Amino acid sequence: MELSREQLLDAYRYMRTIREFEERIHLEFATGDIPGFVHLYAGEEASAVGVCMNLGARDYIASTHRGHGHCIAKDCDVGAMMKELYGRRDGLCGGKGGSMHIADMSKGMMGANGIVGGGPPLICGAALSAKILKTGGVAVTFFGDGGFNQGTTLEAMNFASACKLPAVFVLEDNGYAESTASAWSIGGGDPIKRAAGFGLVGHSVDGHDFFAVCQRARELIEYARAGNGPSFLHVKFIRYYGHFEGDACTYRAPGEVAAARSERDCLKLFRDRVTAMGVLQPPQLDEIDTEVVRLIGSAVAAAKEAPLPDTADLMTHVYGSY
Amino acid sequence: MARKSFREAINEALRLEMRRDPRVIVMGEDVAGGMGAAGEQDAWGGVLGVTKGLMPEFGRERVLDTPISESAFIGAAVGAAATGLRPVAELMFIDFVGVCLDQILNQAAKLRYMFGGKATMPLVIRTMYGAGLRAASQHSQALYPIFTHIPGLKVVIPSSPYEAKGLLIRAIRDDDPVIFCEHKMLYDEMEEVPDEAYTIPFGEANLTREGEDVTIVAIGRMVKFANEAADRLAARGVTCAVIDPRTASPLDEETILESVKETGRLVVVDEASPRCNLATDIVALVATKVFGALKAPAAIVAPPHTPVPFSPALEDAYVPGPARIEAAALAIME
Repeated sequence: MELSREQLLDAYRYMRTIREFEERIHLEFATGDIPGFVHLYAGEEASAVGVCMNLGARDYIASTHRGHGHCIAKDCDVGAMMKELYGRRDGLCGGKGGSMHIADMSKGMMGANGIVGGGPPLICGAALSAKILKTGGVAVTFFGDGGFNQGTTLEAMNFASACKLPAVFVLEDNGYAESTASAWSIGGGDPIKRAAGFGLVGHSVDGHDFFAVCQRARELIEYARAGNGPSFLHVKFIRYYGHFEGDACTYRAPGEVAAARSERDCLKLFRDRVTAMGVLQPPQLDEIDTEVVRLIGSAVAAAKEAPLPDTADLMTHVYGSY
Repeated sequence: MARKSFREAINEALRLEMRRDPRVIVMGEDVAGGMGAAGEQDAWGGVLGVTKGLMPEFGRERVLDTPISESAFIGAAVGAAATGLRPVAELMFIDFVGVCLDQILNQAAKLRYMFGGKATMPLVIRTMYGAGLRAASQHSQALYPIFTHIPGLKVVIPSSPYEAKGLLIRAIRDDDPVIFCEHKMLYDEMEEVPDEAYTIPFGEANLTREGEDVTIVAIGRMVKFANEAADRLAARGVTCAVIDPRTASPLDEETILESVKETGRLVVVDEASPRCNLATDIVALVATKVFGALKAPAAIVAPPHTPVPFSPALEDAYVPGPARIEAAALAIME
């Protein structure tokens, strides 16, 4: 797959931004300053970025409770995202949604989602809009191995297939639905076969390998854009943190995360590959690392200082008119 | 008597009933945790640890972790209840009823009736409700009025650890489907709770405090707030009767009506959204049955007609609290 130097730098910057965002939230959440539930995406960056690199402004994505990475990959404003996590007035959703409901429709980001399996039917709708309004757009839903067992997901795959919608179903399989192993919970064991049962073309990829994800996602998105109908991508990786922040993760095998971090870190694999190829030099990537740390640092500082919502804001946005 | 948390009281109720009756099973997402994983089994005991320790005692056969497939496992609990088991299914958050309501609304609630009495439905659905945990719009709702609306379902909303244990044991022994609604902010509340099994009947309200001036009817977590408000009001010379209905369906109408006949004033405190909630139901009850006893218009303390917001600054303004209850009572005393 041909990617320009600029595209490679972009891909690295997006992935590094997600990683730094999540690692910093992990630390900040522990101080008690961030309210509510937070589910971190660290370790999974190649999936969001590998898919979204192939999408444009007319394309929509639907996300999950673990949505920060998808937001960043779809160009949501990182400063406004951070303010949203802190429940601030100028947050991306005015402080009303928080981590689990971050969204920016103007960017084609239809929201993180607190309901497992909430996204797949929504992107069928986005795909229907694209088809009927002839926007040329494609709709992509991300869902976890837990969401893959939700009736809404299965119905959405069938609906998309029957209506030949320009939709891509991306199963992000991090090994655990909360604390339950996906190896146990996915009946039949092979997600590709399940998707094939609904008539969806599908591929499995190593979710730590940005290039593998990006290549397959590109094929499937082009397939949808050409009017061939829906498809399925099974992205397999290891999540670095718990189901939510505060999860002690005792259900995991000892050393599982340490091994993934040292051997299958998508950022390290990316760096090794592009520098070995000689396309990018380590100092260029180091510079991005430094910039991203600064960006996230200022986002946190700004979020902590940002004003809270007014009580009157409680009553706004319930309806368009009433 | 030992002091126990709301969480421990519920765990104890489940444990005692599972020991007493081998037909009682527990099922839901991560009710043990670690299913199929390489690490600790019983890693979670439910997302907030309420069912922790049941799996080691009763085994995975009676403490079933399920895929995240609410329609399937709630429906399976309905089917199991109709065929010889007494399942206690956990719907992790009451908000998730959106993906499995049919199995409750059209199956569990109606089989006995539609089959001319030839089915029983000894099913309990334990579910967590309520605002306060900064869990935002899809994890904070107080949806018990939806279930109360459905004939065939019984709806229990415990207000304290003692209440939770007695009502849950009663629910498990009931032959009808019971929706057991646990407020997530109550799990760490402590109270003296007997070690042995005991039951609290359905349809019998608990008069948690006697008073002459105002009747306050409060639901679930709001019972605590109502009593705090009553303390403040007492200091101002206003005495309140505080009634905890315990069960929204069946509802103990008599206790409420008798109290209003004595006080002539009614405040209902309900965390559910204000349209068609339990408060409007109870005010309608009083208006239709003992209107002449009212010395002032009935008052409702409920959240505004909005989804539950995330930001603490907004959520704190959303949830009814003691100050609003006090103000409502004072307003109808004037």
